[in-house]
Amino acid sequence: MNLNHAILPSWALLAYLASGVLFILSLRGLSSPNSARVGNRYGIIGMVIAIITTLLTQAPIPPGDWWPRPGPHDLVTLAKILAAIAIGGAIGTITARRIAMTDMPQLVAAFHSLVGLAAVLVGWAAYLNPATFAIIGADGLIDPLSRVEMGLGIAIGAITFSGSLIAFAKLNGNMSGAPILLPLRHVINLGTVAAILGLIGWFTQDQQHWVIAAITAAAFLIGFLLIIPIGGADMPVVVSMLNSYSGWAAAAMGFTLHNTAMIITGALVGSSGAILSYIMCKAMNRSFISVIAGGFGAEAGSGGEEARTDRPWKRGSAEDAAFLLSEAEQVIIIPGYGMAVAQAQHVLREMADRLKAEGVRVKYAIHPVAGRMPGHMNVLLAEANVPYEDVFELEDINSEFAQTDVAFIIGANDVVNPAAKTDPSSPIYGMPVFDVEKAKTIMFIKRSMGGVGYAGVDNDVFYMDQTMMLLADAKKMVEDIVKALQH
Amino acid sequence: MDFISILSIFTLACFVGYFVVWAVTPALHTPLMSVTNAISSVIVVGALIASASEGDGLASGLGLGAVVLASINIFGGFSVTARMLAMFKRKERPASTPSPKREGSK
Repeated sequence: MNLNHAILPSWALLAYLASGVLFILSLRGLSSPNSARVGNRYGIIGMVIAIITTLLTQAPIPPGDWWPRPGPHDLVTLAKILAAIAIGGAIGTITARRIAMTDMPQLVAAFHSLVGLAAVLVGWAAYLNPATFAIIGADGLIDPLSRVEMGLGIAIGAITFSGSLIAFAKLNGNMSGAPILLPLRHVINLGTVAAILGLIGWFTQDQQHWVIAAITAAAFLIGFLLIIPIGGADMPVVVSMLNSYSGWAAAAMGFTLHNTAMIITGALVGSSGAILSYIMCKAMNRSFISVIAGGFGAEAGSGGEEARTDRPWKRGSAEDAAFLLSEAEQVIIIPGYGMAVAQAQHVLREMADRLKAEGVRVKYAIHPVAGRMPGHMNVLLAEANVPYEDVFELEDINSEFAQTDVAFIIGANDVVNPAAKTDPSSPIYGMPVFDVEKAKTIMFIKRSMGGVGYAGVDNDVFYMDQTMMLLADAKKMVEDIVKALQH
Repeated sequence: MDFISILSIFTLACFVGYFVVWAVTPALHTPLMSVTNAISSVIVVGALIASASEGDGLASGLGLGAVVLASINIFGGFSVTARMLAMFKRKERPASTPSPKREGSK
């Protein structure tokens, strides 16, 4: 291969390696909240190194013997590029500052779609002007291996783009979270995937415009088709999966450009998304294949409706709850996404502070699927100034319910449903859940007795002897409890 | 670099990614996603090369478009991550931190 990468000065190659290493360190920092902020800075430094190195050696300034020598034309190009960075930077920074923490899943989905689209654009630019990317073989055509990498990069980028757009629309409420099930969808999907692979094979033999255009179009289509049948409850898996795809798209482009920083990053992001998808699937006891096949939540409510008979349940008032809470030794709060919807996290923390002042031990228990994306609930609690030392993961706290006076459930439902342990016919059977029924008292905040959880199943916890149903808007109820605690 | 060296780097990086990501504390999984989002925009390298390319106006136009998209992600991804991580700072607990400290210092 006569590719031009050898003409890059060695310092540039080392700089790309350094930025790859800095990206590894930025993820490494996230192993603890204390080191995470430094990690984020490593990531920023890595990105700055990658951009400056590229500007100085490959674009717009051609590499000199040991130091670049720009001409006037190069400086004009440089100005255009800096303007493009400034525009994107302004949009990105303003969005990041303004976004509400409850909307993080949408933001991340939107960002994924941008990475995907950028990969498609870069792939097309490399196809249209292969000389710049030094991927021309001895025969004057694009090197066949580069064509495979390019085709894969464009295809994965396009899937990431259209898939993330649908995920964004579902999370943002522009589109119903209910699965849309086309007839024969598995046949259509598998056919489209086969077509994309076939076209990439064809592309190695024939580098005409229509082939790469067909790859792009088919990949946009499959991204769309893959996500529409997936229901709202499975969105955490989808967002993680698209995170993984955006990484593989970057890696494929890195193969085309022979760029170390891109390859290392692509591999990191790809594995990160894959691991998060695995964790989310495990937390719902669903197989990855069944999530991708879609349709979960389509029959919501139909099974639960008949089962719900007139079983007796007890209603409590804010005053009763306040009394029991203040008498408790240990309270475990189990927040769910409903808490975030009601914006009750701040007043909840106020309640916890009051209880702590009275000597009550207060802990928060977080289920991996408590929010709309991995770790979402932790961020929402952190925003409300809940100390992260008080927040525990499912497996770390589940053994403590037997020594707990009050399990305080707010905005959660399926994650405390004992049917997951006892009823093999339940749609959530096998999902790891909190053993709330072992607590002395259960307080369950719920808007009314009518609604059921995401999975559409009735919950035996409502009817237990030690359960006190607190029927009201979550925020209003916690405010009333705080008021009652003041007396 | 030949294909095999690149494939080697890629394979080893996948293993590094596997171990590093499993070490991430579950509480920080959302910042993990936003920061991976930001760093995957290193694809901007390809966009920069494309936007500086000569001879094909469409290619450089696509490149500049990709620079804008990737920059949104870079700036947006890193700053939203920083914003979230700032919330995870160790908190001084208002209930358990009484006032004598303040009196002593003045």
